[in-house]
Amino acid sequence: MSLLPWTIYLSFGGALLSWFGGRRSPLLARWIALASMAGTIAIGACAACQFSPSSGPVSLVNARWLPFADYALSVDGLSLTFVLLTGLAGIAAVLFSWETKKRPGDFFALFLALVGGVYGVFLSADALLLFVFYEIAIVPKYFLVAVWGSTNREYGAMKLVLYSFAGSALVMAGLLWAARETGTSFGMVELVSAARHLPSGIQVPLFALVFTGFAVLAGMFPFHTWAPTGHVAAPTGASMLLAGVVMKLGAYGCLRVALPAFPEGFAMFQPAIAVLAIVGILYAGLVALVQSDFKFVIGYSSVSHMGFVLLGLAAATTQAVSGAVLQMFSHGVVAGLLFAVVGRMVYERTHTRDLRQLRRMALARRMPFVAVVFVLAALASMGMPGFSGFPAELAILAGTWQRSQVWALLAVLGIPVAAAFTLRAVQQAFFGKSAGVGGDGKGAVDSLGGLAGEHPFAPITLPEKLGAVLLLGVSIVIGIRPDLLLDWIAPALESPLLKIAIQGVAQ
Amino acid sequence: MNTHSDYSFFFAFLPEALLVFGALVVLAADLSLVRGRSHALRTDFAVAVALAATVAAFAAAFFFGEFVSLELFGSRFALLALGVLALLLLAGTSRLKNTAEHVALVLFALTGLMLMSSATNTLVAFLGLELAGLSFYILVGFDKTRRESAEAGLKYFLYGGMASAFLLFGFSLLYGLSNSLDFNKIGATQAIFDTPLGVVALVMVLVGFAYKAAAAPFHHWAPDAYQGAPVTTAALVASASKLAGFMLLARFSSEVFFREDLPVMRWVFVCLVIASLLLGNIAALAQTNVRRLLAYSAIAHAGVLFIAVYTQAHPKSMAHYWLLYYVFTYGLATLGVFGCIAVVENNGGCQKILDLVGLWKRSRLLSSCLLVFVLSLAGVPPLAGFFAKFAVFRETLGVCKPGSEFFWLVLLAIAMSAVALYYYLQILKAVFVADPVKEHGDASGLIKTPLPAAVAIVLAAAAVIVLGLVPC
Repeated sequence: MSLLPWTIYLSFGGALLSWFGGRRSPLLARWIALASMAGTIAIGACAACQFSPSSGPVSLVNARWLPFADYALSVDGLSLTFVLLTGLAGIAAVLFSWETKKRPGDFFALFLALVGGVYGVFLSADALLLFVFYEIAIVPKYFLVAVWGSTNREYGAMKLVLYSFAGSALVMAGLLWAARETGTSFGMVELVSAARHLPSGIQVPLFALVFTGFAVLAGMFPFHTWAPTGHVAAPTGASMLLAGVVMKLGAYGCLRVALPAFPEGFAMFQPAIAVLAIVGILYAGLVALVQSDFKFVIGYSSVSHMGFVLLGLAAATTQAVSGAVLQMFSHGVVAGLLFAVVGRMVYERTHTRDLRQLRRMALARRMPFVAVVFVLAALASMGMPGFSGFPAELAILAGTWQRSQVWALLAVLGIPVAAAFTLRAVQQAFFGKSAGVGGDGKGAVDSLGGLAGEHPFAPITLPEKLGAVLLLGVSIVIGIRPDLLLDWIAPALESPLLKIAIQGVAQ
Repeated sequence: MNTHSDYSFFFAFLPEALLVFGALVVLAADLSLVRGRSHALRTDFAVAVALAATVAAFAAAFFFGEFVSLELFGSRFALLALGVLALLLLAGTSRLKNTAEHVALVLFALTGLMLMSSATNTLVAFLGLELAGLSFYILVGFDKTRRESAEAGLKYFLYGGMASAFLLFGFSLLYGLSNSLDFNKIGATQAIFDTPLGVVALVMVLVGFAYKAAAAPFHHWAPDAYQGAPVTTAALVASASKLAGFMLLARFSSEVFFREDLPVMRWVFVCLVIASLLLGNIAALAQTNVRRLLAYSAIAHAGVLFIAVYTQAHPKSMAHYWLLYYVFTYGLATLGVFGCIAVVENNGGCQKILDLVGLWKRSRLLSSCLLVFVLSLAGVPPLAGFFAKFAVFRETLGVCKPGSEFFWLVLLAIAMSAVALYYYLQILKAVFVADPVKEHGDASGLIKTPLPAAVAIVLAAAAVIVLGLVPC
């Protein structure tokens, strides 16, 4: 447990090693990355075994750092959930980036720096420290996308990083203003418990600043446009992290800081957030339905799924919020897997992501493993029972129902939409016409002439298999036993700090 | 001054005296001792003497600093540190002739800056300002092989001379009104704040300072001077000169400018801040030349520094420390960027941002350090630039009411920091994203950093990181 801060140090240490050592030997860089990520997972797993959810937040480090902020790390059920998610998404991303040929030392260094920042955010018990780690995570994203990305990478990278930085500027303004009004340090407990007693005239603008700032990164509806372009432009490993973990930073910030600190501001904006969340779910889902680029489908589906998270937060009942946290975990795993299939397994072999071209390639027959993985991941993503998406979305919708039946009914529409765009992608990418027409499929491919059909695709490598099995396994385990995580999440939400935020508005 | 005995007066100015002595030794030795020797030897000798003098001054400031005051000691310390780095950089990269004169002028400039930063009296302030200014006019135009250097020197001289004239006129009017040269006595003279003449004098002084600090709309010399000056000079103008200027302005402001009964000065400040923030950040977006980009970024930073100057005039706040921290870490980062530019310049020119393309492949050291410096300038944690900005904003919000003008200025500055990231990323994009340009031929080859320059750059980068992790 006391080792948890080392997840941060290990990641940054690995980043430095890889930055300076990875130049010489690509192999070294990979293994450094894998070893660091494995180390952090081991630490996370040990902590998970020792963790008792009832004991409340456990302080890990608490040292004076600045006159107005501490270097304070602590862990509770929420943090631990996300620490585990970061480890899983991170190691899977390393496995799927195993073959990175271009400047692997730099790639894994930036990758690990990003992971380190993410761990830091999830463990911070000081608002300034959280903000510092949050910003540390921004810059590596730029380089990961701009150097190693594909379609429109420089545009996507700049858009991504400017949106994030603009969002964090709002958060910074909000935090500074809040600290000024309360006169406290930035310690989370102090700041939050003082800020919630501020007059509502101040809480409203403060909440608007901090929540909007964080929600930009969570991909909330009008500010979501960075997400599809950024995710599509990013290299596979980075888009797995971006969709899997980085978007969660925003939602985590909303849940940790914005909601509990400014309950009256939240009460004021609650319907607006819910509406935006629902619009996000439906709008992004419909946009995903008409994309011709396979990766854009997944990119918009991320926005749609994050809409459920925001809806859960907006509903602010214990059930809805636990559902939202579970959805973040589930989406982190599943979206990572979807991006891995599209960006790495399919694109690296077919060199196209255009659904119209993929349709003619009969991928289900030629890459059965990939097809199976993708179909399972798609089912998980649609929220099929047995996968992690199901209990998450169920909890969100049930929790939202308690708050407002209209919201819940509107949001339910998102589920058939999600099923539609996911199944469309499955059908077009893997079960295209040519595979079906010829009975055995072979003739059809031949009749298309010089299509890449003749020479077989490179086989699926071991790291790819490992990564896919790992993520699928986690999704299924959580789908069958959601209580494993819910037992951590629910008590954390009951803690005095968060409880008022979640139930204070319920009356 | 009368309260000190003669000895303490001597000790208090020992650091400055040592610097002047060092400069004279450098000049004398170059004319006699090492005359006729090789250029390399003369350079090394001059730099070694200068470094020894600076380090001695460092020690003197450390041991006898308390005779002046703790706060003055801080800014002297910072100036000497920047001086040492600049000298190392000069030793590593300068290709100019007459190094001894160059080095001596740097020492004179440093002396002037130290006087300036610790002045509590208009006469001493002006003396320091002119000593530093005259040395810098020569240093900016020092590269006789380049036309731009002469142009920059002339521009810097004309603008600087004008600023000095404003300042001197303002000071003399203040003297006439208050019958005193000391800041605190001037500040205590009610007549200044009651008469229009007093306000005219104060505005003139502020205009003089704004010229020197390159705050918009008095910034026009900065891009040209940064572009044309020899790199080490540009580095010093951008870092040490800025530090001393703002420390002097801060002291003068706390005594004179910000009195409750004089709102007009506050509004002049507000205008300067808005103009600098907007013009600096927006004009920087369009730059293709690295040095001009740094100049506009300096203008933008001047906007934030003016906010800090306003805040530190409030007695209870810690903002004075943070002002020094801001301007020092800003100086370190800028000096570092110029250091990297200097090294790249010796390997095939570095004016455009595009000249930095592919630096990641050409030099690991330079590209890594440049990453640190530029991100610190952009205000990305955990580097010093972030904490400087954050602390200044926090202190400022602490002393002003929500809805007051400086409250909105802080919000504007925060918004502008998001804009600023764009142009800083343009530099980093060239350094890291693109592959080396083929047509540059040998220019895209590996860069070997000369040892003294490497030491300077690494020290500056380490300082930016360490000061960021442990800000106070």
